[in-house]
This record gives sequence, C-alpha cells and structure tokens, in this order.
Amino acid sequence: MRKGQYRFVTGFLLVPVALYLIFVIWPYIQTIGYSLTDWKGQSQTFRFVGLDNYRALFQDDIFLEAVWHNILFLIFIPVITILLALFFAFMLNAGGRSRAGGVRGVEGAAFYKILYFFPQVLSLAILAVLFNAVYRSDGGGLLNGLLIKTGLVDADNPVEWLNEPNMVLWALMVVVVWHGVGFYLVLFSAAMQSIPRDIYEAALIDGASRNQSFFRITLPLLWDSVQTAWVYLGIVAMDMFVLVSAMTQNMGAYGGGPDHHSDVMSTVMMRNFLYYGKSGYACAMGVVMLLLTLVLSVVTLRATRRERIEF
Amino acid sequence: MGSTSEGDHGFAGVGRRALIKRSAALGLVSVPAMSFLSACASGGGDDTGAGTAEGKTSKGNPFGAKKGSKLDVVVFKGGYGDDYARAWEADFGKKLGITSSHTGTQEITGKLQPRFNAGNPPDIVDDSGAQKINIDVLYKNGQLLDLAEVLDAPSVDDPARKVRDTLIPGTLDPGMQEGKIVALNYIYTVWGLWYSGKLFEEKGWQPPKTWDDFLAICKDAKSQGIGGLAHQGKYPYYINVALMDLIAKKGGLDAMKAIDNLDPKAFVGSDAAQAAAEAVYEVVEKGYLMPGTNGLSHTESQTRWNQYKAAFITCGSWLENEQLKQTPPDFDMKFLPMPPLSGSALPFEAIRAGSGEPFVIPSKAGNLPAAKEFMRRMLSKEWSTLFAKQANSLTILKDGVDPGVRLRPGTQSTVEASKAAGDHTFRYLYTEWYGEMGTALEAASNELMARRIQPKEWLKRCQAAVDKQAKDPASKKNHRD
Repeated sequence: MRKGQYRFVTGFLLVPVALYLIFVIWPYIQTIGYSLTDWKGQSQTFRFVGLDNYRALFQDDIFLEAVWHNILFLIFIPVITILLALFFAFMLNAGGRSRAGGVRGVEGAAFYKILYFFPQVLSLAILAVLFNAVYRSDGGGLLNGLLIKTGLVDADNPVEWLNEPNMVLWALMVVVVWHGVGFYLVLFSAAMQSIPRDIYEAALIDGASRNQSFFRITLPLLWDSVQTAWVYLGIVAMDMFVLVSAMTQNMGAYGGGPDHHSDVMSTVMMRNFLYYGKSGYACAMGVVMLLLTLVLSVVTLRATRRERIEF
Repeated sequence: MGSTSEGDHGFAGVGRRALIKRSAALGLVSVPAMSFLSACASGGGDDTGAGTAEGKTSKGNPFGAKKGSKLDVVVFKGGYGDDYARAWEADFGKKLGITSSHTGTQEITGKLQPRFNAGNPPDIVDDSGAQKINIDVLYKNGQLLDLAEVLDAPSVDDPARKVRDTLIPGTLDPGMQEGKIVALNYIYTVWGLWYSGKLFEEKGWQPPKTWDDFLAICKDAKSQGIGGLAHQGKYPYYINVALMDLIAKKGGLDAMKAIDNLDPKAFVGSDAAQAAAEAVYEVVEKGYLMPGTNGLSHTESQTRWNQYKAAFITCGSWLENEQLKQTPPDFDMKFLPMPPLSGSALPFEAIRAGSGEPFVIPSKAGNLPAAKEFMRRMLSKEWSTLFAKQANSLTILKDGVDPGVRLRPGTQSTVEASKAAGDHTFRYLYTEWYGEMGTALEAASNELMARRIQPKEWLKRCQAAVDKQAKDPASKKNHRD
C-alpha cells in the first residue's frame, strides 16, 4: 500500500466503529453493570448487590417458564415455516409436469407467489389487530363465528383461543408462520431458479420422481438459503415480544397470559423493568437472554454447517 | 389504574422488527437480546435539579410563578381524553402569561422513563393508564415532590381556606407514600356495576339490592338470550373490582385492610374472601357470564354491553366517557353499587369510591413554581367545572361542579350514588402499593373466571401472593389503620 493509505482507510473506519462501540457495545456493558445492582429504573440511585439478581432469576418460575416457551417457539417456528415454504416453493417452481416433459411450476405459479408474499407486507401491529379479530373469544370472532354457524361450537361457550393455556402458544405460532411462509417461499424460489434446469432435466430423464428430485437435488442445492432462514426464524422465536404483548391476556403489562402461559423472556423482562420497577433484575434477564442467544447462534451455525455444493 | 386504555400496548416495539432484520443481515445473530439490552441501559445523566424560573410571590401567586416562563405538561390521553388539559393550559396562559407545551399520550413510561432517569422530567404529569410509571417506583427513587406545599396554600376560590380543606375527605389517601402526599389523585371515581336504564325498563327489572336479586336478574337475562354479567376479561383488573368489593362489603373495612396490610389471613382463613369467591364462581358455574367475555378486551366487552348483550358490567366511572361513541343515545347508563352478599357488614349503598388519575410534580421539574400554581388552580371551581364538562367525570373538589352544568346520565347517577353512600365508602390501596401482588391476584381471578381453578384454589393463590409480598423488605413501610 502506498504511504498514507492506512491512515486514510482508518479514518473512514473510525466513525462506524466508534458509533458501534457507543450505541451497541456500551449499552451491553452498562446492562451487565446494572444487572449487579438493585436499580429501579427511575433514577441513578442504586446499590450494588452482586449476583443476587442472577440467583433470584434461577428461582423465578415465571422467567423459567418463559425460557421454556421461547425454546418451544425455537423448535417449532423454524421447522414448520421452512417445511411449508420449501413445499410451496418446490411446487411453484418444479412441481408441475408440463406436457412437453420440461420442469416448471404448477399452473398459476406467478399468481400464487404474489398471494403468498402478501402477509409479509403487513406490520406486526396490524397482524396483531387482524388475528385478534380472528381469535376473538365471542361469536364476533372469525373462527368462533364460523364454528358456531356450523354448529361445532356452542354459542354460549365459544372457544377462548388466547385464553386457553394449552392453545395460546399454538395460536401465536400460527400467526408467525402465516406471516413468514410467503417470505421464505420467495427466498427459496429465487434460490431454486438459480439451480440450472438441465440438472432437473437430466434427473427426469433418469426417471427421478418428484420426491427424489426434491431430496436429491433441490434441498442440497438450497442448503445455504435454508440455513439463513433458520437463523432468521430463530431470531423471531427468541423475540415474539410484539405479538405476545399485543394479543395475549394482560399480566399487569406486556401480555403473557393466561396465567403466564404465553410469557416469553422479553415480556417478562419488560414487565419487571418498567411495570414492577425491578430494573436491575430485568437487566440480569437481559444478560441471560444475550448469553442464550449467543449460544444458540453458535450451535445453529455449527450444526447446519456442511460442504457447499458448487454449480 | 385511574382510567384505562390498555388496548394499545405492545405496539411500541414494532420498529424493532425492521432493525432486527437489517442487523441480522449483517450477521448479528444476537440482535434481539441486543435491542432489549439497549432498552435496558439508561442514558445516564446527572441528578441535579433545576429549580429556576422563580418570579415574585403575591397573594394570587403564592409560589411566584414567573410570567413568560414555560410549563411542560404531560397528560395521559385515555378514558378522559386530554381536551380538559388543553382548556386548562389555555386559561393558564391567559391568566398568568405562562405558555405550556402539551403532550397527550398513552405511552407514559416510554416517553418519561428516560427523562426521569436523565434528570430532566416534565413539570407536571398525569401518570395514568396501562403504561403509567408506578407511583411507588417513582417515589422510591426520590422523583416526586411532596405536595404538602400546594395543599397548604390558600384556595383559589376562598383564600381564607387551605386547598386541602376544599377536597372530598379521604381523596388524598391513595397518593400517600410513607405518610407524604406525593400524587394528587384528581378524579373522583366510583367503582361497581353498570346497567342500561332502558334495558331494565324494557325487561321490567328492578336494580338489585342484594346478591340474590342480582343472580335472579342474571338468570332471567340468560333465559332471554342475554348475558348476565360482562367483564373485561383480557384485563382481569375489572373482575377484581367485583371480587374485592364483595369481600369489603361482606367482611367490612377490616377484611379490606387485611389485604392491603398483607395479613397472613387476608384470603385463606377469611370468611369474607371465601364467600366472595364462591359467589362470583356461582355466576361462572351457572353460565351467567356473557359468552366469551373472559377473552374480550375492555373496549370489546364494553361495546357488547352497549349493544344490550349483557345486563351488567363491572367498571369505574370513566366508563361513560370511554364509551361515549359506542353508547346509543337512549341507553340511559346507570351506576349500581355492588349488591352485597347476605349478612354483609356494609350496606348496599356502600361503594368503592375514591380518587384516581394521579397527577404528580417531579421533584426535579424545571419550573416548579408554575407547576405548583397549575396544580393549585386545578383545584379551583373554574377548572374543576371545565374538567367535568370536557371529561364527563367528577373531581375531588367538594361541590366542584357548577350547578348550571348538566351532567350525562351515568355521571349523574354516580353523583347520586356518592350522596347515598355518605360515609360508607371504601378503597383498596394494594393496587397502588404493590404492583406485582396486584398482577398475581388478577392472574388468579382470571383462572377462576375460566373455571380452571375453584374458589379454594383461588384463595390459596391469592394468599400466596400476599405472603410473597409480605416477605419483600420494601413492603414493610406501607400500612393503613
């Protein structure tokens, strides 16, 4: 490099690095600091309490249950979303069998793609309003209305979808999956279209079935996209804050009901942070969330690592 | 919770989604934790107050509010709206030459928590709604001004009397923390049941005076395809109005104080609590609840009730203003004290009444003199009448509404109910003192209403919440006699 070039490059790098340090790394460090205090969140007076917050955290049934809910989301949301998206993407891109013997999607694939993508343009807030109307607990709800009309549900005892301990997590999952499938469908479609046609055609000539061409060709060549989707959906599953707080039953603040059956780490944290004024304790939760997420991302990236297939 | 507009929470976090996506693209897998963490970190800031802007004091201006200075007002825009505050501010500007910056919001915590933390809070705050900052939390952090100075100042209407002496007795109590009044609960609220005068006339029902009469109407309503009792199930705060009122009426003030004072026999071992739980559970078991009410939000269930889908609903007196647009013109909204169980210590007329909607002056407010003067004027007849007109509700000022003002039917019926109640009023304080315990009681009540637990289990869970709170060293300072 020429003389002075280092200084020039460093000059440009300094600002973003400084911004990152101030707005990302510094809050992390502050949070770790606060997690060792009894800070109440409304002033700068607090006492150092050592690891008390962490000790209390591991005996906090509500938080532990919330961790478990996040884990359930983490298992089911990516699996269901990716499977559905893969299935639809495959059908839209290679599912049809044209008379001429080539590889193409089912009839009207372009239209379906737009249709499936549609939920993605809705913000989570709108989504919450929309599905609150779907899950409404009386005859005015979409589901209850249908079920009552068809006589499957007694009008005096409608299903309280979001007020049933065994149902609320699944009800939330449906919303996330409904919202996400279209996006990953388009993502996978794009990846599938970059797979050379002749590979499929060769397989077809060799007499490969749809299943075989999916599992032997499409999936391996799509692995990078699937991995990306997995990471993204993992983030969604670790969050869930907006939907839980806007849709589920109130537990003082930030949803989480009935009886904490839909609480996730972020809602428990926010409730402690702002509503109960146990901000130091909430910071300890934040630190635990950070650690969990880091462990998770390392595990995900390791577990899904495999050889890249070049084409 | 003085008034409520809880329907909206959660939306504050929406913007994070876009952030998460973008950052994730950069390979920051740990983003969700990060965004919460940065929410966690405070802005820091110094703790020095700035009590400047002091003008000359005079008889009409005892705190020396300075002409030409500015007042920063933040008002919870919920069931009462915020038009009343704008009207006050306009008058304040006209009379004292102090202009106000007005913020009407439902996101009290989101907007103010950072400001309190950084030591530059507004001058006067209506700290209410679902996203209020709990008064006990603010107080413990030394953020609230002791309002004694305002309350001991001469009243605007009658300078010979102190402001304190012009208020309805007992209305200052809920704003008390460790013996000091730090919040002015401005609105006089009554809690209980509500019904439609029109529906009752049509069906030939008489407003029930006893719990048995109440059950009889529920039964009749059910036979005609109408729900008996509606409640705002998504926010179990409301059904606790019914449960706790029945306890207070059955067992008298001692039963109520046992809960506030975290008595080891507040629930388990209290006959009043047991009777109340069993009574409410009977309503559930007999199917007298409006179908689906357990899962409805406050606006949803109140609107259903406005459509004559239920005979009764539990609520406080902000109901009429909150439902203004959904109420049919001939609905004839009426308030009803909670009908007592047989053998109750308190009479039918007794009501849960008291003050809600806490206004506070932050101790580090920038314009303290003007804030104090503003609060003093809030307790004048002129401003109290302005409030009643704009917000359809009463204030804690004794006879605070000009007789020339015609009130809406619901508000009018609360005036009559308060008169009939006389000294027979009661008021729980645990909701103000112990946010976490309140949440636990609400969660238990929701399980009871959904028939997932029985009254026995409800008592046990409530007692466990009380015992847990009693163990917290911070709880020892609150006690009522």
